[in-house]
Amino acid sequence: MASIIRLEHIDKVYGEKIKTQVLFDINLSFEEGSFNAIIGQSGSGKSTLLNIVGTLDKPTDGEVYIKGKRTDIMNSEQLAELRNRTMGFIFQFHYLLPEFTAKENILMPHRIKNFKITKEVDEWADELLELTGLTKVKNNLATDMSGGQQQRTAIARALINRPAIILADEPTGNLDSDTSEIIYTLLRDINKKYNTTFITITHDQRIAEKTDRIIEIKDGRISLDAIR
Amino acid sequence: MRLSLQIALRFLKSGKGQTVLIILGISIGVAVQLFIGSLIQGLQINLIDTTIGSSSQITIVPTNDEKIIKDWERAIYEAELFKPEVNKISVAASGPGTLDYEIDTAPILIRGFNFDEANKIYKFDEGLYKGELPVRKDEVSVGKELAIKAGIDIGDKILIQTPKGGLVRFLVTGLYDLGVASINDSWIVTDLKTAQNVLGLGNGVSTIEMQVEDVFNADLLSEKIAYTLSSNEVKVENWKDQNASLLSGLSGQSVSSNMIQIFVLVAVLLGISSVLAISVVQRSRQLGILKAMGIKDREASLIFVFQGLILGIIGAIVGVSFGFGLLYLFTKFAVRPDGTPVVPIYINPGFIALSGMFAIVSAMIASVIPARISSKLNPIEVIKNG
Repeated sequence: MASIIRLEHIDKVYGEKIKTQVLFDINLSFEEGSFNAIIGQSGSGKSTLLNIVGTLDKPTDGEVYIKGKRTDIMNSEQLAELRNRTMGFIFQFHYLLPEFTAKENILMPHRIKNFKITKEVDEWADELLELTGLTKVKNNLATDMSGGQQQRTAIARALINRPAIILADEPTGNLDSDTSEIIYTLLRDINKKYNTTFITITHDQRIAEKTDRIIEIKDGRISLDAIR
Repeated sequence: MRLSLQIALRFLKSGKGQTVLIILGISIGVAVQLFIGSLIQGLQINLIDTTIGSSSQITIVPTNDEKIIKDWERAIYEAELFKPEVNKISVAASGPGTLDYEIDTAPILIRGFNFDEANKIYKFDEGLYKGELPVRKDEVSVGKELAIKAGIDIGDKILIQTPKGGLVRFLVTGLYDLGVASINDSWIVTDLKTAQNVLGLGNGVSTIEMQVEDVFNADLLSEKIAYTLSSNEVKVENWKDQNASLLSGLSGQSVSSNMIQIFVLVAVLLGISSVLAISVVQRSRQLGILKAMGIKDREASLIFVFQGLILGIIGAIVGVSFGFGLLYLFTKFAVRPDGTPVVPIYINPGFIALSGMFAIVSAMIASVIPARISSKLNPIEVIKNG
């Protein structure tokens, strides 16, 4: 399979006066349609790595390629467009827009791309609501939903533009274990159904074991890379 | 663009308290500005009107020893070339005299007019409160104060001493009140012929009096008229030269009124700016996630420009209505004993439109800083800090 993401010699240093290096010469590539887990202790640099892949952060050194295009030299406008078209984000704190309803939140990435909502897109949003079990609360404001519902909304939102890549930073970090299980099953289904590449950070060993590949980061270096 | 507008509206709607406060702030600013502006304009127009509204604004006076304009018909013809800038022209034959009445004498001014023209300037017809204006020879009208002082009523005969020592007798046919004590107290008004006879002016007149369309242009216009007049026995005077202190008072008042208005607007601008700056910080989480999802920096900043625009428009509309409310209350409660407002309010649509536009522009300017913060916000800051 072709690699959709490639990282070459990534270094990341924070701070101007007091420099803290969090990533050391990372070389990684991810294959299209794979489901990958990144594990590691807090402060190991795994979130930084994910943010660099997601073009939210820039490496201090090294090159990042998404679908063959180098991203670390793009300007903010190009990056915004790239993120909008090819990536979906799911964060631990879900980050819905509290001023908008569940369905409006889900449609937001599409609106950023194209303000007009066609019948097809509307149906796709309804399908995602169905898939994530949110049909009943689709007109609720984000603040009027449970944590699990909000996280599922964030997942549906990440999918609306049919991105090739979904990046998830502890998507179930603040959910109970039953809900976590349901959410991971959902992500896995999506991965199979739409051939979406997943990179997810998790603390949960049981969940990590269900993925195709586990990458462990320790002190800014890859300490384990297990493909199953 | 449309997404930015939609998000802006949603942000404003979800922060209702804040939105209402800003709109209130803008409205009060606009209202005060409108009120002060209209009040001062009204005051000035009123002041100008009472000062020179019923008097000659440009006057042609003789410079010869006899103090007579002989060829006045020609002078009028030449002055009429300046129509419509000069809109009223009237001649007057004037001279001093002394009124003898039972217990005393009083200095008076005999003023002879052609009433068809003179009424347009002095409005004797409107000011007449008893009897009628003189029509026949040796008939006169007397002002209110003089009539009271000397106990004159219509039908009375009065005795006037002229400067040349003659004594003339006039029949009083009317009493007038022009609202100006100095005129009411001294002018004995008659027709042109009578005055010419009594004062020995022959066919000449003493002054040619004019009113103009734009009173503030009177000085320039009077120069042009002076240049055009063929007689070298006359000069042209205008009200501005004679009222220099009034004019400097008015312009001082305009400057201070403008200053107040500008500072009110600056205060409004700072108010909007600070509230919007707070709101951009409050929404930084939302902006971060929007940017992670791929909203462009320009659109992220447009959200706040639209917020400023919407707040400005609503604030301007509400403020203008507030301002009208204030003006209405002022005309209702700040009144003279007879019920007329102390200062007649002057409604100037151009000025109102301008102050509304100022509010909108201020709100837009106020949104520049929040818009820049929004544009520069890096999503990673928000994502990292939870």
